[in-house]
Amino acid sequence: MTSLRLLATSIAITTAMSSATFAQTTLTMWYHGAGNEVESNIVNQIISDFNASQSDWVVEMQSFPQAAYNDSVVAGALAGNLPDILDVDGPVMPNWAWSGYMQPLQIDEAKIANYLPGTKGVWNDQLYSIGLWDAAISLVTRKSYLDELGLRVPTLEQPWTGDEFMDALAKAKASGKFDYALDLGTAWTGEWYPYAFSPFLQSFGGDIVDRSTYTTAEGVLNGDAAVEFGNWWQGLFNDGYAQATQDPADRDNGFNSGKYAFSWNGNWAALGTLDAYDDVLFLPAPDFGNGPKIGAASWQFGVSAASEHPEGASAFIEFALQDKYLAEFSNGIGLIPATASAAAMTENYKDGGPLAVFFDLSEAQALVRPVTPGYVVAAKVFEKALADIANGADVQDTLDSAVDEIDADIAKNNSYGF
Amino acid sequence: MASKFTRSNSTGWLMAGPAAVLMGLFIVLPFLFAIGLSFTNQRLISPNPTQFVGLSNYSQLLGIGLLTLEPERDDAGEILREEDGTVSYPALRGYTRNNPDYPQFDGMREWFSVSLGESRTYVLARDVVFAKAVVNTIIFVLVVAPVQGGLALVLALLINQKLRGINVFRAIYFMPVVVSIVVVSLLWRFIYDGQSGLLNNLLGALTFGAFPRIDWLGNPSTALGAIIAMSIWQAVGFHMVIWLSGLQTISPSLYEAAAIEGASKWQTFRYVTWPGLRNTAVLVLIVITMQAFALFAQIDVMTSGGPLDSTQTIVFQAVERGYGKQDISGGSTISVILFVFVLAISLLQRWLTREKK
Repeated sequence: MTSLRLLATSIAITTAMSSATFAQTTLTMWYHGAGNEVESNIVNQIISDFNASQSDWVVEMQSFPQAAYNDSVVAGALAGNLPDILDVDGPVMPNWAWSGYMQPLQIDEAKIANYLPGTKGVWNDQLYSIGLWDAAISLVTRKSYLDELGLRVPTLEQPWTGDEFMDALAKAKASGKFDYALDLGTAWTGEWYPYAFSPFLQSFGGDIVDRSTYTTAEGVLNGDAAVEFGNWWQGLFNDGYAQATQDPADRDNGFNSGKYAFSWNGNWAALGTLDAYDDVLFLPAPDFGNGPKIGAASWQFGVSAASEHPEGASAFIEFALQDKYLAEFSNGIGLIPATASAAAMTENYKDGGPLAVFFDLSEAQALVRPVTPGYVVAAKVFEKALADIANGADVQDTLDSAVDEIDADIAKNNSYGF
Repeated sequence: MASKFTRSNSTGWLMAGPAAVLMGLFIVLPFLFAIGLSFTNQRLISPNPTQFVGLSNYSQLLGIGLLTLEPERDDAGEILREEDGTVSYPALRGYTRNNPDYPQFDGMREWFSVSLGESRTYVLARDVVFAKAVVNTIIFVLVVAPVQGGLALVLALLINQKLRGINVFRAIYFMPVVVSIVVVSLLWRFIYDGQSGLLNNLLGALTFGAFPRIDWLGNPSTALGAIIAMSIWQAVGFHMVIWLSGLQTISPSLYEAAAIEGASKWQTFRYVTWPGLRNTAVLVLIVITMQAFALFAQIDVMTSGGPLDSTQTIVFQAVERGYGKQDISGGSTISVILFVFVLAISLLQRWLTREKK
């Protein structure tokens, strides 16, 4: 209901604004970053630069709070009121493209040749969306903690094995210095679960759906590797290494105030941690047998299918793909710039910069979430399964029923075109 | 009565008109859509055409099966036991997953089970989450309706006195009703917090630290109770006001007569107040019941149905499926089931509380 009302207001505002323009064609744009002033300023800067750079198009932006953004786009699409340009979370893009909300981008492939793979939204061999940044997750800890606990510092070439990781947690718990050994961020419900935790499953050898066919989850989400993952996951909570329900305040400040020895957190939170401690380490994901993995893809820009001026919308997106804007986003809100050349222009991601490690992590370990329209539903099912297992549900039964639910959804949608 | 309703009553229709049109447009019409959609495979967003699927959405939600299993025995015929001494039964997934001998159980899960002698009977549900949601909702209604109604009556009797400053109490009791339920839920999330919540601190202080800290919303055995308590507190003021209006319609002369007859306080309540509140009681009961069946915001803000489905409710599932999982037909089906359910209970309540002539 709230999103619908929001939508109605936004439509009213966009209509009111578009009547004020003159010979130029107005392009409307929706963005998910309402409430974040720094982010809004950067986007507004890009828009005013673009509007000043040519005389054909005028881009006008409408911001939404992130929590209501996806609902607003779906409601807008159902009502036939989508803007020309919209931004989309990477794993959701195939769903919108398949549903006919988005059209392929018309931008020069050469311009994005050196972009990080996670920033390119490709569906059905066509580029639908492109991101100015990526996000990455690391195992955050302090050098002094590792020294005290007598642990080696894992590297990209030689990450911790699963056993080494569990040994580290056991030692951290035994030291008695921390409330909990590991901060997984279970307070962040929603997309955080599949984004942050499905890479563990993939490192064990399972997955959310079978990526060879995309028509079933049988065998990958409830097979031996997945059950092994589930038992490990349940053990984290049963053995007291992590909390199944976490106070959101502890997620935000717990590691920085010494409550946890390790924190599984994204690069967007890294600047705060660097302020809190001077010996922070951003460690690569542990390897549970099938390589260390972290999630890839963040918010990206695309063109809605309803746009009457896709060439103008694409021109704007192409205009935004400049290293200086990539660098500005990175400096402003700590995101990983999409190109190495932009990274070199930033304070944190240039060679030797405090967050440069995230750029390397993203390049070396990142795996996009399953590229299928069914991901939206599968992600919800996966989240519930992990929460249930963390709270003590039977691992095999829970994963079986998750598989049933994902498969039923795929069947209901005629295999999503696969 | 019927003739009066239809004949020469244009003013009445004119006055009811605006509300009737709005309700028809935004409540009746969408509901008729929901009935239609519940027989299709309509998705929230999809390029695929909508297909008629008959009753499959209903059988998917309401399908239930019974399976009785004998204990596992070793070669000598002795019953095998688990490590903790309980009798060991064959794994259910052998019957419910891809077993051609039991096609009727395919895809079902254990809802609950009971032991009868050596064998164990499993009640399987095709949609365990929905089954749990129905049970949780019924528990919620069964607790909230009498407790909230009763508490509201007590509060109404307390503030229905001519005392100095009684309006302050009226305002205090009514205040939670004015605050948005979303805000109230957010605040109570802090109160119930397992680490440093107000409730834990309070109980700890009262018992000098003897009371263990409980993660009220994170524990399957306390989560629903916590939400029930908070919901009762939040809306009790609303029903208190309805009771109060009922109390004030009772003629003072009846009380005077009772006083002259020498009736005790209890007798006055039992033979004067309570009969006078008859219609109010019916109203309060039905309103609370219907509101309780619609339990959603608290769940959405505080627990999202967890932990372990202990706070799933019917409406939360309808929204979760319709929007979260983009399955409009599934969400519609739940809405229709809920409607039939609430209608049946309301009719039953009307019949039970009818005026006996």
